[in-house]
Amino acid sequence: MKIIVPIKQVPETSNVKMDEETGTMIREGVESIINPLDLYAIEEAIRLKEQFCGEVTVISMGPGKAIEAIKEAIAMGCDNGILLSDKKFAGSDTWVTSYVLSQCIKKIGNFDLILCGERATDGDTAQVGPGIASFLNLPLSTFTSEIDRIEKDSIQVKRLVEGGYELLDMKLPAVLTLIKEINNPRLPTLKGKLKAKEIKIPIWGPKNIDAQDECLGLKGSPTRVVKIFAQKISREGEKFIAKDEDDLNKAIDKIMDYLILKGLI
Amino acid sequence: MMSMRRIKMAEVWTFAEQRHGMLSEVSFELLNRGKKLAEKLNSPLTSVILGYHIRKGDIDELISRGADKVFVIDDKHLENFLIEPYARILVSLLDEYNPHIFIAAATTLGRTLMPYVAIRKKTGLTADCTVLDIEEGTNNLLQTRPAIGGNILATIKTSNTRPQMATVRPHSTKPALPDRNRKGEVIYKEYDDEILKSRTKFIKFIKDESQQVTVQDAKIIVSAGRGIGKKEKFKIIDELAEILGGAVGASRDVVDRGWKTYPHQIGLSGKTVSPLLYIANGISGSVQHIAGIQTSENIIAINKDPDAQIFKLADLSIVGDLHEIVPLLIERIKEYKAREAKR
Repeated sequence: MKIIVPIKQVPETSNVKMDEETGTMIREGVESIINPLDLYAIEEAIRLKEQFCGEVTVISMGPGKAIEAIKEAIAMGCDNGILLSDKKFAGSDTWVTSYVLSQCIKKIGNFDLILCGERATDGDTAQVGPGIASFLNLPLSTFTSEIDRIEKDSIQVKRLVEGGYELLDMKLPAVLTLIKEINNPRLPTLKGKLKAKEIKIPIWGPKNIDAQDECLGLKGSPTRVVKIFAQKISREGEKFIAKDEDDLNKAIDKIMDYLILKGLI
Repeated sequence: MMSMRRIKMAEVWTFAEQRHGMLSEVSFELLNRGKKLAEKLNSPLTSVILGYHIRKGDIDELISRGADKVFVIDDKHLENFLIEPYARILVSLLDEYNPHIFIAAATTLGRTLMPYVAIRKKTGLTADCTVLDIEEGTNNLLQTRPAIGGNILATIKTSNTRPQMATVRPHSTKPALPDRNRKGEVIYKEYDDEILKSRTKFIKFIKDESQQVTVQDAKIIVSAGRGIGKKEKFKIIDELAEILGGAVGASRDVVDRGWKTYPHQIGLSGKTVSPLLYIANGISGSVQHIAGIQTSENIIAINKDPDAQIFKLADLSIVGDLHEIVPLLIERIKEYKAREAKR
């Protein structure tokens, strides 16, 4: 079984600090990590490989240092990786990113499954997984929470939708985007880390994947960000500070008065 | 060659979502959004509905909620959402009619179907918009969405390709109100097996009772963040929600720690809500959480930290220990209810 896992390197944003004046992220001291949701795709790919034998290839589009993310995936147990990095890729939106990744996958060829994280924590669009499926004209299951069964040319999956789950049977090859529920990602092993240290990751540009220049970067992107601004937080209501027991009762009075006044109880 | 080419009006289209044969409320929210855009463009508003045994009443409902035209594609193969036939039909319709704007809900369906279609149409798609507007002069669609974990808002344009596509956060606007006197045109379309075929088989839908909490539809939400301290302490939150007849919510932090399950998660990475009353207990108010609750009618926040961000958004802020306040509040509400019941 040959599995391809597209991943993204993202800034560690769980404790992101914003410059309130400019509305931009303060990048100093911000670490780069594998998109946390991609870890589930990496883990699932490794588990399938362990079960059925085969090979897991990690691909990533990004700046040169995204090689760290690929190496970390290899340290977890993936077999090899390719970095897609070129000046012409800069400024790509989700259409172009899907294009580049799918061109790379075509070039690799001969795969059974493509596993993606549900979305990246920075861009948060969840569009690239479906985008790859569309470019490659493949069946797609998004928000996948479980792989029930894999046969020679089909896969049965469960996907999380509003109010429950859908059970789907899909022809292989297929694209799955995975959610947190699916597994618990492992940590890199020492052996894996050694392997990652040794391995040479090829860096591919537009020529390696037969990409058309006019479809790349800002020029190829149908969308443009035209404005970035900080969110305005409005309505500063009454504030009551409960310092002692007496205040505590007053605080409860305040809440009760509010609920009654607004007809909420 | 036939010169009967359709006049290309700058039409605004919305995707009317149905699930298990039920037209979902979010379709009317899209019509509300679409109506405002269509008015600015002085163009008609169209809805597209795909399904099987689609009810006449649902089609009428779309018209009464603002659609001037409804495309209906009714076929056995479309009973459940399957990416391939759904995407092929939309691509075919978009090719044929060339609308300028096409919006769908940012539901699991919309967030799957729209990117698949946008790639085929080689056009831009903006995910999860919270604001849509028309740019004066150019008539381009201005699509605003939270970015970088909700820390900032970004406005995005698709200037050179059509349609301009966007998915819209459910519950980020009110549904359009019905007007039973409205008239509209209904167009039935049929497609052949080449378009309807699928490599995916829908086996079944498994209802998940634990997801019945549906915070999205609750009028009152009582939720807690890291300040709750541990999983066992959630009892008081559950109890307060129950006595108020509300649902229980949780911050991302709490869900990541496994104190509550994902369907309870409120914020950008969970659910966007706009209840009548939101009570935030021990929630600091990360931008991503605030983005998920800001359309709530009334917000009460309880937090130990006097500088908590959440207080900026609250209508009533209580600086204090939720572990002291919430149990007392439960008692007082019980007393109040008992008194009211006697009257």
